[in-house]
Amino acid sequence: MNRRVYDFWVGLFVILGVAALAFLALRVSNVSNGGTKPTYRVTAAFDNIGGLKARAPIKSAGVLVGRVAGIHLDSTTYRAVVDLDIEQGYQFSRDTSAEILTSGILGDQYIGLEAGGDETMLKSGDRITLTSSAVVLEKLISQFMFSKAAENPSQAQPAP
Amino acid sequence: MLDWLEKRVRRIGEPVVNTMEKLGFGFRFMMAVLWHSGTSFRRPGLVIREVFFTGVLSLVIILVSGLFVGMVLGLQGYDTLVRFGASEALGVLVSLSLLRELGPVVAGLLFASRAGSAITAEIGMMKATEQLAAMEMMAVNPVARVVAPRFWAGVLSMPILAALFSAMGILGGYVVGVVLIGVDAGTFWSQMQAQVDLFNDVGNGLVKSVVFGVAVSIIAVFEGFDAPPTAEGVSGATTRTVVTSSLVILGLDFILTAFMFRGI
Repeated sequence: MNRRVYDFWVGLFVILGVAALAFLALRVSNVSNGGTKPTYRVTAAFDNIGGLKARAPIKSAGVLVGRVAGIHLDSTTYRAVVDLDIEQGYQFSRDTSAEILTSGILGDQYIGLEAGGDETMLKSGDRITLTSSAVVLEKLISQFMFSKAAENPSQAQPAP
Repeated sequence: MLDWLEKRVRRIGEPVVNTMEKLGFGFRFMMAVLWHSGTSFRRPGLVIREVFFTGVLSLVIILVSGLFVGMVLGLQGYDTLVRFGASEALGVLVSLSLLRELGPVVAGLLFASRAGSAITAEIGMMKATEQLAAMEMMAVNPVARVVAPRFWAGVLSMPILAALFSAMGILGGYVVGVVLIGVDAGTFWSQMQAQVDLFNDVGNGLVKSVVFGVAVSIIAVFEGFDAPPTAEGVSGATTRTVVTSSLVILGLDFILTAFMFRGI
């Protein structure tokens, strides 16, 4: 075989490889930490963040508006402080409330933002004051059982 | 009594010394290959010819294996996921397992046995038939002319083959999951796109395949160059190439995985 045959097949091989990489890059994956969109950072303090992790999505009405940048514990109040990176294109009022929600029963946890009615908007460095914590399943069950037991104490006692 | 002990100690010592010597020579050889790589870049025709033999001729086995691995992943993954009512996550399962692990590792193992063994046998036979010595007589450096182009061809081919393996596997998973079983095509692709990250998954898989390409290629050319110049020696070297590179791929894979996916 002469050189042109090698060149042809190797060229085809490289094109196939580039096509496979393009397929993997465009059709299979997404660029989540491309960081092309400018963001502004606000913080929110929660009593309990459950299983929330850094880079978890922030959604408003189900639309992705940003990502969790970091989580740390405030050592004076013992509350979890979550840094939220929200895309510059989405502005929220100052009385926006943040809650930790779960997608599906076993799904990942994310932060849901519920816009308020205030005229002034959140800006970089602000703190969201209205927060509600993650639902912890064990607490929910124990609350339910205590309230059941409180409802009819006669049944809780076994009959003599 | 002392005789017996001495014999045992000597039996331990000999393989240790031999292994050390071989490792040292291997390292020196690797440096020599890198040092003499200039010829490969000045005359790309040499590398292109070797890419044809290592890469293009491995295409069929890589594409067919990728397709079947993906199809099996589709079947097995569906069977498990449907018990938890999560069959729409099939695309994520297939693509992540292919991109992160199976693509680079299985393509590397196939590459070692398909192309690595051929490289070793070729260089070993060149040595046994004294072609390498003849080259040296003509003031042509065999490392620059024979070894380095094969090494670089392997390094170039391996990522391409791994990417093709992953792409074919995902298509195989699509064929089984969507076309045969009937998972919704929209959720299959959209869940995959939502969960697979370009840098963390595709990029790290690519890094793995490059590392495996370097490892397999250097082992293959080294074993060929180091082979005893007999028929038996060449056959032994070919076997060692496949065994060593398979073990090295699996070991490196663990190390790379431990670095790349630390609970992300």
